[in-house]
Amino acid sequence: MSGTYLGMPAFPEAARQALGDDTLRANLRHATHTIRDKRARAVAELDDWAELREAGKQIKDHTLQHLDIYLLQLEEAVTAAGGTVHWAADAAQANRIVTDLVKATGETEVVKVKSMATQEIELNEHLAAEGITAYETDLAELIVQLGDDRPSHILVPAIHRNRSEIRDIFRDRMGIWGRPAPEGLTDEPAELAEAARLHLREKFLRAKVGISGANFMVAETGTLVVVESEGNGRMCLTLPDTLISVVGIEKVVPTWRDLEVFLQTLPRSSTAERMNPYTSMWTGTADGDGPQNFHLVLLDNGRTDTLADEVGRQALRCIRCSACLNVCPVYERAGGHAYGSVYPGPIGAILTPQLRGTTSEVDASLPYASSLCGACYEVCPVAIDIPEVLVHLRERVVDQGGHQLERAAMSAAAWAFDHPAVLAAGQRMASRTRRLHPSRLPGPGRAWSDSRDLPPVPDMPFRDWWQRQQGEKGDAQ
Amino acid sequence: MSDRQQVLDRIRQALGSRPDGEANPVHPVSRTYAHQHGDRTPAETTALLVQTLEEYKATVHRTIPARAAELVARLVAERESAYVIVPPGLPDDLLKLVGCSIERESADLTARRLDTFGSVITGCALAIAETGTIVLDAEPDQGSRKLTLVPDHHICIVYEQQIVGSVPQAVARLSPTRPMTWISGPSASSDIELNRVEGVHGPRHLDVLVVATT
Repeated sequence: MSGTYLGMPAFPEAARQALGDDTLRANLRHATHTIRDKRARAVAELDDWAELREAGKQIKDHTLQHLDIYLLQLEEAVTAAGGTVHWAADAAQANRIVTDLVKATGETEVVKVKSMATQEIELNEHLAAEGITAYETDLAELIVQLGDDRPSHILVPAIHRNRSEIRDIFRDRMGIWGRPAPEGLTDEPAELAEAARLHLREKFLRAKVGISGANFMVAETGTLVVVESEGNGRMCLTLPDTLISVVGIEKVVPTWRDLEVFLQTLPRSSTAERMNPYTSMWTGTADGDGPQNFHLVLLDNGRTDTLADEVGRQALRCIRCSACLNVCPVYERAGGHAYGSVYPGPIGAILTPQLRGTTSEVDASLPYASSLCGACYEVCPVAIDIPEVLVHLRERVVDQGGHQLERAAMSAAAWAFDHPAVLAAGQRMASRTRRLHPSRLPGPGRAWSDSRDLPPVPDMPFRDWWQRQQGEKGDAQ
Repeated sequence: MSDRQQVLDRIRQALGSRPDGEANPVHPVSRTYAHQHGDRTPAETTALLVQTLEEYKATVHRTIPARAAELVARLVAERESAYVIVPPGLPDDLLKLVGCSIERESADLTARRLDTFGSVITGCALAIAETGTIVLDAEPDQGSRKLTLVPDHHICIVYEQQIVGSVPQAVARLSPTRPMTWISGPSASSDIELNRVEGVHGPRHLDVLVVATT
């Protein structure tokens, strides 16, 4: 994966480029609409969905309010069960820890379960620089890795690829990474899955080190949970001798019982299934079952900055189901790459600027990558009010300077409002020149008026009209 | 300062001051959601499990204890497996009619060797009717987690009394300290155009024997 997002253009520019790609738009429209309807049916099966959603929100909020306490409890439980816990304040430290752990095993290749956290810290690139090859084993991640592409969706990173593009990537690139694709491979999804099975099996059987993330960590027991479909997760979590899990600190939940909520809401929200095909749970190490060396790397990397913002911290409730991407009209048209981050779509628009700050052009533009329609909030299984956080982050962007033109316009307006005579003269001038007004704004305002009508100027300013009304009344008396 | 201390300090700073007495926080969650969805008799629960398993492409066979061994032997023969692997604690009774070589899992069984077996036969910890899920928790009749992963054909035996209605009922019965695998149908993927395709890395054939209580 060429995972660098450096030099990404701001969202509007990247979105404009994506909109010109008809194949991309067709692929996204097809995939998001398929899953949207299925999700609605899976959710409708549970008549207590609203209560499950509320419980999930409360569990996450409570955990965040006591995050230090639960992380310490988790550390104690994992350690007692035979695991080793490491803490990483940032991506660089997490990469260093993982690299050192892999080097200590003497291995030069690792198999990976799909993990947002390791994408976020760009672990694969760091391992490659240290001479360690990381093989992605999730089908969509494999498509992205083989295609030297970037992920565009949280759940299905290759959602921007259709079946015939996937067939071409497999045919052209599998041989470079290992076992080539079978002769005469067609674009039937079942055949493509079979090709992935054959390509990866050899890697699973010889792997000594596995790297994963986790969907949940249970503080009271030290149990980690990985939810998946294909079985590649099970392969990476059980066959190697050493397992390294890199997990964001917000993934902790207090009790075992809390899982009864999320194991109902996550599968239905993400793949629209009653339950995903495979869920693995492990607590430290177990004699004769799975890796005998287990390392848990707890990752901050901007999460505590997010926690410090009372409005924005609700983004940390996210369980990465991706339902908000699938319903978003902006995501459906612009695609995931335009967001310039491993977290695209509505959740990405509020998570990325909080994790990375709003100093770069692309990050400052993300809170504006939304029409605030609210569909994302409706489907969120932990009730993150994404529009509220978007508006809040827009305030932050404006406070740090905002757009130059907007600043100039605002200070001109402030001056005019401070000088009533100037304001009145300006208004009269505007009314008298009505016929000369263009229907679209010139210069930088042009894009705005491309899709909007300019408000008409009345033939007389309100103050003049009011004065005249008062005058007529006076005459009548 | 260590990264550990740095992260903990940042969290405490972000949260501000907390009222005293919250070092051991009570966990006040309103659990008003359903303990199970709808009322069902045990027979209806079993019927629902059969339905949900089949909807996710598992093959379900309903049987009685006296006929289970015969059925197991037939399923192995139909798959044409030459070698069958079983966990150390699976009762011999279930295997007595199997016509090919049977091996019990031992501590030195490697993944590569496991890949040479055609079928694996196990019991389970419990099954969840509403979601069509079988839970394995590595007890002696189930073996280690990899046992049910590498062979392409998994035969799983579920006794009717092991069936629960819902996810909350399952969570209440299970012990989190055991390594666990929750299985809902054969391995599948939604990665191509967000459509479910069966058959990726896990067993592509899942036969479930639902054995009636006598």
